[in-house]
Amino acid sequence: MEKQTTIAAKKRGRMGKWKMTIALFSMMLPGFIYLIINNYIPMAGLVIAFKRFDYSLGMWASPWAGLSNFTYLFKTNDAMNIMRNTILYNLVFIALGHLVAVTVAIMLNFLRGNMNKKVYQTLILVPYLISMVVVSYIVFAFLSQENGFVNKVIEAFGGQPISWYTQAKYWPVILTIVNLWKGFGYSSIIYYATVISIDSSLYEAARVDGAGVWRQIWHVTLPGLRGTIITMVLLAIGRMFYSDFGLFYQVPMRSGLISSATDTIDVYVYKALTQLNDVGRASAAGFLQSVLGFALVLTVNFIVRKIDKENALF
Amino acid sequence: MEITMGSKRKGGQIVLNIIFVLLVVAAVAPFLLLLSSSLTDEATLVQSGYNFIPKKFSLGSYIYLLDSGEKIMRGYGITVFVTLVGTVLSVLFTIMFAYPLSRKELPFRYLVSFFVFFTMLFNGGLIPSYMMWTQMFHVKNTLWALIFPSLLMNGFYIIMMRSFFTASIPDALIEAARIDGCGEYGILFKIVLPLSKPMLATISLMVGLGYWNDWTNSLYYVTDEKLFSIQAILNTIITNIQFLTSGQSAAIQSSAASALPSVGIRMAIAVIGVIPVLCIYPFFQKYFVKGIVVGGVKG
Repeated sequence: MEKQTTIAAKKRGRMGKWKMTIALFSMMLPGFIYLIINNYIPMAGLVIAFKRFDYSLGMWASPWAGLSNFTYLFKTNDAMNIMRNTILYNLVFIALGHLVAVTVAIMLNFLRGNMNKKVYQTLILVPYLISMVVVSYIVFAFLSQENGFVNKVIEAFGGQPISWYTQAKYWPVILTIVNLWKGFGYSSIIYYATVISIDSSLYEAARVDGAGVWRQIWHVTLPGLRGTIITMVLLAIGRMFYSDFGLFYQVPMRSGLISSATDTIDVYVYKALTQLNDVGRASAAGFLQSVLGFALVLTVNFIVRKIDKENALF
Repeated sequence: MEITMGSKRKGGQIVLNIIFVLLVVAAVAPFLLLLSSSLTDEATLVQSGYNFIPKKFSLGSYIYLLDSGEKIMRGYGITVFVTLVGTVLSVLFTIMFAYPLSRKELPFRYLVSFFVFFTMLFNGGLIPSYMMWTQMFHVKNTLWALIFPSLLMNGFYIIMMRSFFTASIPDALIEAARIDGCGEYGILFKIVLPLSKPMLATISLMVGLGYWNDWTNSLYYVTDEKLFSIQAILNTIITNIQFLTSGQSAAIQSSAASALPSVGIRMAIAVIGVIPVLCIYPFFQKYFVKGIVVGGVKG
């Protein structure tokens, strides 16, 4: 193959090589321009957090404001509240989400029969295909105060209907259930792909040594999954300052009464921009999210590199 | 691989199957509640609430949507158009970026790979993106707003596609085509793409799903009702319900109330937003699973 390449290169000559390079770069041009616009210009646009934003001047020409947007943001309780919500929800989602996904993947592996396996796999993925707006309608069908299915059941048993959308205390549980429901199929499939790639002779060896099902899981399956679990959890931890905007904005149906329990950084940034028209605070919160998030990915990756280079992202 | 479960095998299998049936019910049942509510007679719905089995069956909501739901049909049209155009552009841009990246002859390819990878690590977030799209590109209330911001290209898919090209298109094949005088565009579209169909299907489906389900771009950039997609219509209905319950002035309340479809119709709109996805999903299920597996762990 090496030989062929050199022959071809000679045949084409220098002109041919130039033509090829130009053709290759011209192909990349649309994507290049798009990434510059959609991804790189907004990175530079983060300077807006240090400006007193004026719509008539735009983000580059607005006057500098030093750190005033940040001091303004931290004067309210909002900042601590949205940080706390974002981080706590993420911790719960990561712990429960991966626990459930690994369990389902291992169970799927134990299951016999191709047909039922395929049907189960197909159906647990269904919630993943649906937009969060539609999910919020489904949740509303369950929890609406007057017509919701849950309240009808409570009434049938003689209880008092609950006003779900006005009481913050229920929402950490509700949002966790919705998140698990929507995502468990997706992450189970990822883990399942790793589980089935584990060398079957390892199980055989374990059985020869007299290991039962649980010992096989403990000594063969879980060690085999270790790398994938580390990578997946690492990815999730790197996104600790981000949240699923749809989940926290749509599913609570923008009820203001429960926002102390449902507002995350993403929701706050959107609300500050559109409802409070407060670009300063919104951009300060957004800046912290981007920069802290970036620092976190680098840190977590650095730590993983130290422990186990193979599982590092880069 | 399969694990033998000894003498307890049969009992274990039954328990496992029961667990999975329960999981499947948990995953799918909520959709039945939505579907059944859309098929229930309006008066019954108001009286006895949402239920898994329609207490009084009625196609009223759907007939209403067909008859007078001009807005809904328009929304459907917008959703379909944006999904088709967005997906075609996205896949085209992605393969045209990924193919050169997979060629060893490309100068600076590591630098370009890093250029892509970095977008996955760091981003400017909503505020700068919003300001740029609205003030520099003036996309507000145009169809472009539903196609271009954030959805069109994704570093993840580029890296995924590049890895696929690197792993499954033999260098010798491309060299041979070059010797035959085939240009780079010819090689990509006539030789490489026909060999990449499964991967193209996977990426098209992931991107298409993203466009079909998107409501954020409408939320940020579109206020003109003529440009509302199905998801945007559903989103506006929620906003109007919030108006009604949040104690706004009577004038706003009554205008929001008149714009608000009845309980059953709301659910019917949600159903028609979901049905096409659920209908094509079984046929492309294996591509979805493949996309998740390939894209899930490292690019």
